[in-house]
Amino acid sequence: MQSTAERVVVEQRPEPRAELAPALLAMRGISKTYGEHKVLDSVDLDLALGEKVAVIGPSGSGKTTILRLAIGLVKPDTGTILIDGNYLWHEPSPDGLRPAGERHARKVRRTLGIVFQQFNLFPHMTALQNVREPLLHVLRLPRDEADARAINLLSDVGLKDHLNKRPAQLSGGQQQRVAIARSLAQKPKIMLFDEVTSALDPELVGEVLRVVRELAHASDMSMLVVTHEISFAADIADRVLMFDNGRILEEGPPRQVLRNPVNPRTRQFLRAILER
Amino acid sequence: MTGFHWDWQFAWSIVPDLLAGLRLTILATLFGSIVSFALGLVWTLVRLARIRRVTPVVEFFVQFVRGTPLLVQLYFLFYIFPEWGVSLSAFATGVLGLGVFYSAYATEIYRAGIENLPAGQWEAALTLGLPLRRVWLGIVLPQSIRTILPMLGNQVIGMFKESSLLSTITVMELLAQGNNIGSINFRYVEPLTMVGAFYFVISYTAARLIRSSETSHAVYG
Repeated sequence: MQSTAERVVVEQRPEPRAELAPALLAMRGISKTYGEHKVLDSVDLDLALGEKVAVIGPSGSGKTTILRLAIGLVKPDTGTILIDGNYLWHEPSPDGLRPAGERHARKVRRTLGIVFQQFNLFPHMTALQNVREPLLHVLRLPRDEADARAINLLSDVGLKDHLNKRPAQLSGGQQQRVAIARSLAQKPKIMLFDEVTSALDPELVGEVLRVVRELAHASDMSMLVVTHEISFAADIADRVLMFDNGRILEEGPPRQVLRNPVNPRTRQFLRAILER
Repeated sequence: MTGFHWDWQFAWSIVPDLLAGLRLTILATLFGSIVSFALGLVWTLVRLARIRRVTPVVEFFVQFVRGTPLLVQLYFLFYIFPEWGVSLSAFATGVLGLGVFYSAYATEIYRAGIENLPAGQWEAALTLGLPLRRVWLGIVLPQSIRTILPMLGNQVIGMFKESSLLSTITVMELLAQGNNIGSINFRYVEPLTMVGAFYFVISYTAARLIRSSETSHAVYG
């Protein structure tokens, strides 16, 4: 459900949303440069509790980088990332914030789960072992409890019959569903999806989107979803962000950004994608 | 001059001495390999940990060992260490020399095995929050072992052949035995031919074994 306050903000821009609803994820003034290339240029991004945000934009626009920054795989050059009340790369100190290291980030990033474009399953483990891995070694559950939960998670993504198969024995769509189950294992408050269907054969896209869609509709997790699937984005998202050249070019509810974009660049991008 | 003549009876009579030499060759290779695997692992860990002042020294040491001949290193250990009060048996010196020399190559093998792992594996492990110990033992090691083991196997074969250099520091291994038999009997054809045959049969067989195990483990499944 969307609040009316959100709609008002959306229509008027560029008032920051954070002052209206407490953000579960708040990224402020994020810049990132690789060599000469400025991938992100002072981006602000908020994700409210339970909110589903879709991120679209041409490749190289910085949309994947913003996900990698959110989960701490990449460190920003400038800016702060606040996750559920804790700063990812900073610790509070008497006079404001002081930088914190990898050990601190490790704790904070447990609030998030991420699903990668290339699945990144552990190839030497079965589906069950992949999902069980964080349950055994992060949550330190007893073996039988971890197994029971892993089996439940895999059943939820329709893979009850493939528990003991290695990734190489599964189709791309099945592998990606194992990856989704694995990243859900620790019950993250925020789920990040990085073009999770881009590496799949066209006929396998549907089964993965269906799982993500069910998740979006049924759970109160916050989700940040980078995707090229426009109708999927329209279906799941409360809000859509259009990235271009390291900035958020346009944002608003899906029916505005996706059906009736204001910015000519957004219009051009959507046309190119839909004509694919 | 007698020209080329092969004496089967003489050939059979020297087999026990050659086997005694082969035994030492194999033992030197075995112990040398263990030393090289262990030291190579130490070098790799120090290089990965990037310890100030220690890592650069190890980097230099590894480059130095790779950049000088094994024979020179063996002479150094054999003739100069005793002057510093470190006296080891010839065999122990040989094992140490082989171990140190090949550790400089083993560390490259370990590193290649680790770097071969796709970045996505590290990213998955990191974002799941797996503890570092588990990442190494549960994710990195089981996967990189598949690239590391065949390369280490090939290194052992190399060491098996190069251990013939130990003959120059009085270790009575296979080549030294052959030389010895030749000089006592004034006949080199049989002993040296047989020495070569021993080296070839063993290293060729081992290489084939490694090759076949490599292909049968090529794919996960």
